Amino acid sequence: MTSVLYDVPGPKARLYSLIGSAAGVLIILGILAIAVTTLAQQGIFDADRWAIFYGPMAPDVWNLIGQGILSTLAAAAVAAVIAFPLGIALCLLRISLIPWIRIPTQVVLEFLRGMPVVLMMLFVLLVFATGQFQAVVVGLTLYNAAIFAEILRAGIQSLPKGQREAGLAIGLRSFQSRMSIEFPQAVRRMLPSLVAQLVVLLKDTSLGYIVGYEELLRKIQIMADFLGPDFLFPAFFVGAAIYILINLTVSRIAIMIERRGSKKAAGGVAPPSLRTGLVVGGNDPVAKDSVEGPNKA
Amino acid sequence: MDAVIASLPEYWDGFLRTLYLSVISGIIALIVGTLLAAMRVSPVAALRGFSMFYVEVARNTPLTIIFFFAAIVLPRLGVKFEQFEVAAIIALSSYTAAFIAEAVRSGVNSVPVGQAEAARSVGMTFTQVLGFIVLPQAVRTVIPPLINILIALVKNSSVAGAFFVLELFGYGRQLSNDYGNQVLWILLGVAFFYLLITVPLGLLAHFVERKVAIAR
Repeated sequence: MTSVLYDVPGPKARLYSLIGSAAGVLIILGILAIAVTTLAQQGIFDADRWAIFYGPMAPDVWNLIGQGILSTLAAAAVAAVIAFPLGIALCLLRISLIPWIRIPTQVVLEFLRGMPVVLMMLFVLLVFATGQFQAVVVGLTLYNAAIFAEILRAGIQSLPKGQREAGLAIGLRSFQSRMSIEFPQAVRRMLPSLVAQLVVLLKDTSLGYIVGYEELLRKIQIMADFLGPDFLFPAFFVGAAIYILINLTVSRIAIMIERRGSKKAAGGVAPPSLRTGLVVGGNDPVAKDSVEGPNKA
Repeated sequence: MDAVIASLPEYWDGFLRTLYLSVISGIIALIVGTLLAAMRVSPVAALRGFSMFYVEVARNTPLTIIFFFAAIVLPRLGVKFEQFEVAAIIALSSYTAAFIAEAVRSGVNSVPVGQAEAARSVGMTFTQVLGFIVLPQAVRTVIPPLINILIALVKNSSVAGAFFVLELFGYGRQLSNDYGNQVLWILLGVAFFYLLITVPLGLLAHFVERKVAIAR
């Protein structure tokens, strides 16, 4: 790595690097050791604290966790399924040729994108007096539809001009050309970004905790409240691990799609430079891996 | 509507606290994130591995979980904070640092190989190559995504409102309890103050993007 930036290390530099590595490992291990001993003093590693996961309580505990996972996934799935078509519709309005459709849509999209998701959830919950599930789903849907619309718009704009011109030239109407020529290509080109945004959506379901939706984190807290403060850490640890595992899996899928897509999609997947900044917080798990830079030499 | 006017002092206080959280966490995250990015390209394998692990885990952890850990689990483990702001800043900056690390790293990677090769071939040292050739070009690519990350940070700071910090969102929850019949206006007021931060930042990102966009 970065072999362009400096000479290939000789025996001396390799020795230093080895020493540096060893020191780095020692420092990290040291920090871990401090953390572990602090935890151990609190009795975190006592077997009975973890017994909730295999002892007589285990079926109930796992049942509760299972319910939590299901409601997390349910909110994410419903929101994703609604947000995608809504995103397409918003994108169509956003690139409409008629200014009085295009400009209000742009304002709405900016509004939705500039708003914390949790505020939207609270808004739906209090103003429309819905249930928690609906609040979470509507909040996630509105926000992600706006992001999907922006991603698709960037995808359409990245297409060669000739695509639309050819469509119009053979007599398609503007809308037909959008739907049957431009959109399919835009979706394929932006697939990595779209999947990356799905990871964000999945992560954001945890905001449901704040509006009282009984997703995984809320279940964990209920469990800890019920069992007593001693069990907070084990319960939290397992819950966090489950969340991270689910998200890592989806991120991996995004990277797989990128690899396959760059071979299969017509015109390939859009270059990362087009995609940076689209997925909020730079959470595009694939843009980083496809950047050709000095390090890939 | 009069509820909004009546609670303007609360809004202002919340607005300032949101700004405070975002600015402090933003600065810490920029420093830590750059360090993580530097570790990622360093020749020392242990640092590289640590940075990779940290970034991968932090990016895939929901922010609410990190907040829950900092504000609820840590105090139970004996790490007490005098103010919950500290927990919020820790959570926000450790989360955002991972994204900043990725942005900085991909910025460095976006500089074409030939640039570094040319610099090396005229006899520049490692520090010269980085300082005069690679980083100045990398900064151009990095700034727009960095601003986007900071916008996300401002919005993410709203999660702090649910963990005992009275910033904009926290006040929003409190006020909508106090003025149960005017929830709509109260929450729109909160939204307005968020847009007051995020929209100008977004315009700035847009402007910078156009300003620094050069064909390579």
